[in-house]
Amino acid sequence: MALRLPERVPGLPVLALVLLLLPLFLGNEFHLDIATQIALIAATVVGLNLLVGYGGQVSLGHAAFFGMGAYASAILTGTYGWTSIPALLCGALLVAVLAWTLGRPILRLKGHYLSMATLGMGIIIAIVINNEGWLTGGPDGLAVEPLTVLGAELSIFDHYSLLGLEVSGAMLWYGLAALLLLLAVWIAQNLVDSPIGRALRAVHGSEVAARVVGVDTSHYKLLIFVISAVYASVMGSFYAHYTGFITPQVASFEHSIELITMVVLGGMASTYGVILGAVLLMLLPQLLTDFQDYEMMMFGLILMLTMIFMPKGLLPTLSEAVRRLRPRPATTPASGQE
Amino acid sequence: MVTKNRSPYRAVLLILLLICGMVAPAMAAEPIRIGALVSATGPASFLGDPELKTLEMYVERINASGGVIGRPLRLFHYDDGGNANEARNFANRLLRSDRVDLVIGGSTTGTTMAAVPLVERAGRPMISMAGALVITDPVRPWVFKTPQSDRMAAERVLADMQSRGITGIGLISGTDGFGRSGREQTLAVAADFGIQVLADQTYGPQDTDMTAQLTRIRNTPGVQAVFNFGFGQGPAIVTRNYAHLGIELPFYQSHGVASDRFLDLAGSAAEGVRLPASALLVPDALPDDDPQKQVVQDYKAAYEARWNVSVSTFGGYAYDALMLAVAAIEAAGSTEPEAVRSALEQIQGHVGVTGIFNMSPDDHNGLAPESFRLLEVRDGQWVLVD
Repeated sequence: MALRLPERVPGLPVLALVLLLLPLFLGNEFHLDIATQIALIAATVVGLNLLVGYGGQVSLGHAAFFGMGAYASAILTGTYGWTSIPALLCGALLVAVLAWTLGRPILRLKGHYLSMATLGMGIIIAIVINNEGWLTGGPDGLAVEPLTVLGAELSIFDHYSLLGLEVSGAMLWYGLAALLLLLAVWIAQNLVDSPIGRALRAVHGSEVAARVVGVDTSHYKLLIFVISAVYASVMGSFYAHYTGFITPQVASFEHSIELITMVVLGGMASTYGVILGAVLLMLLPQLLTDFQDYEMMMFGLILMLTMIFMPKGLLPTLSEAVRRLRPRPATTPASGQE
Repeated sequence: MVTKNRSPYRAVLLILLLICGMVAPAMAAEPIRIGALVSATGPASFLGDPELKTLEMYVERINASGGVIGRPLRLFHYDDGGNANEARNFANRLLRSDRVDLVIGGSTTGTTMAAVPLVERAGRPMISMAGALVITDPVRPWVFKTPQSDRMAAERVLADMQSRGITGIGLISGTDGFGRSGREQTLAVAADFGIQVLADQTYGPQDTDMTAQLTRIRNTPGVQAVFNFGFGQGPAIVTRNYAHLGIELPFYQSHGVASDRFLDLAGSAAEGVRLPASALLVPDALPDDDPQKQVVQDYKAAYEARWNVSVSTFGGYAYDALMLAVAAIEAAGSTEPEAVRSALEQIQGHVGVTGIFNMSPDDHNGLAPESFRLLEVRDGQWVLVD
């Protein structure tokens, strides 16, 4: 009994602790760079998980929203000289309006039809970004200005003095990405525990039943679609500022598949699970540098194997296994038989 | 007893000698770390694959013949699959984790431009193997490139048109990065040659029929020649459609199709097509007094003997990049980044496979339009026209 872990590990403080201690274990700036990107992508996936994991609606075009946010920031700050935050908000607003407009007809569809519609939408957006070279720089990509916050430029290459300490820009960016991830998780968890979350889970369980008990299903589906699109857009903006250069690949179908694979692998409807999914899949290309050609195949294989052997995803399956291994707390002896 | 007492000293002495023996050559032969960022797989693999093969082959050869400034070369290479974001991450890995002295790559304009900010910041010379003008214009201190820019290809083609008295042309181009950039450059310089672009059509990289675009060009009054700027399968399809429609106007392609594969794909439809290309396609047709002849023949022979596949223009870009790097390190006498950079900038008359490089602080490509040879397809073979 004394060894028994609490039933619910307080996720947010643990995540914060991990993010805080992580830089101590990172060997060089390259590792820090990857960690920062992982945090930004993980936050995107936390948003996507709201739609896929909790709402039960599959989106195969989410990278398009990510890409729109990235390009909105790149174009508004680069070509039109805006500062970062208004550009980011403008991009998010644009994406929200688009997601709302498109989501209304699309979310009437179910199952494969919904997947097809989001797939088509994503590809169209990617093609527009690719072809409108005068605006987006076309397939060769676009350089992005560094992030400016309150008039100060946050470049990964500079050094800053913070409370008398010399801090590298890369480290500050890591801190920012970590904060964004924590914020993303916090918002997601509050949404999930709110009436919206309950309504969504009812939709996920059975849309008909949810409608029968009086849940306005299409309203909630649309709401969560817009929210997760805005998540993607905002993270896309930060990502663009961070990497300093974007190409239409950020909005591509392949990127959408990567994002959805992270959700499925990590564990649908498990916020910390999808973060784990993001970490694993982002590290994959760095670990398998000699198998670049097979990356897409690898994603497909992971997706298939997860679906077959761990339909709940990595983290939920693991935590269930741990729970089963642990001796049951004092209950009736009969339950020992499982 | 005496011998017994002395033996520990001997052992210590022996160990010391051994350590010195191990350390001394290691210090003398600290390898020169060359990073390569190539798209060996994925949609741009026709660029990256011959490039990587060339780099591997010549690093081996250089090491077998004693290395550069007495130090062996060590090649760190990553495959970005043509993805700019991966390219950025791998560039970062090369610079910060592998701590390379110099970067060769990327294969495409997108992957190159994604790596540029990191390279500029880290202060290591980078020699790109991608075509677009934007890489070296404006000049960035640390960024060089070996292929001719697309503007030069456009100029070469337009100059040939001008010499044939052509004043109005139809332009057709792919919507990939190569085609787009080429289209822009052609439109920008056409007027300098007294040529008007009367029709401007495009096609997607995956399109399988361009008859509609070509028909529109044919029906445009005043068109005296057609110029296609694109790479991959698109141009071969355009060529087939062109022959199928029976268009009699002179037909030009860009250097994007300058490979034997184009002849295979387009077949007899390619008859009479003219294009600017590297000397590598016609090594035996070059006059004997051509300074490039020897270099080109040697590279082609070595590559084909080693890999048993026909040589490609793109591998030549990698050959030139490596040889320029070697020349610069030899001139600098060290791998100190700034010294290598300024040595690269001062390279004059370096005979490469792609052309003769004359670098300067204002020109980080160093090639003249004449480095493009104008070829024509006759009887299914490349023939040197100019």
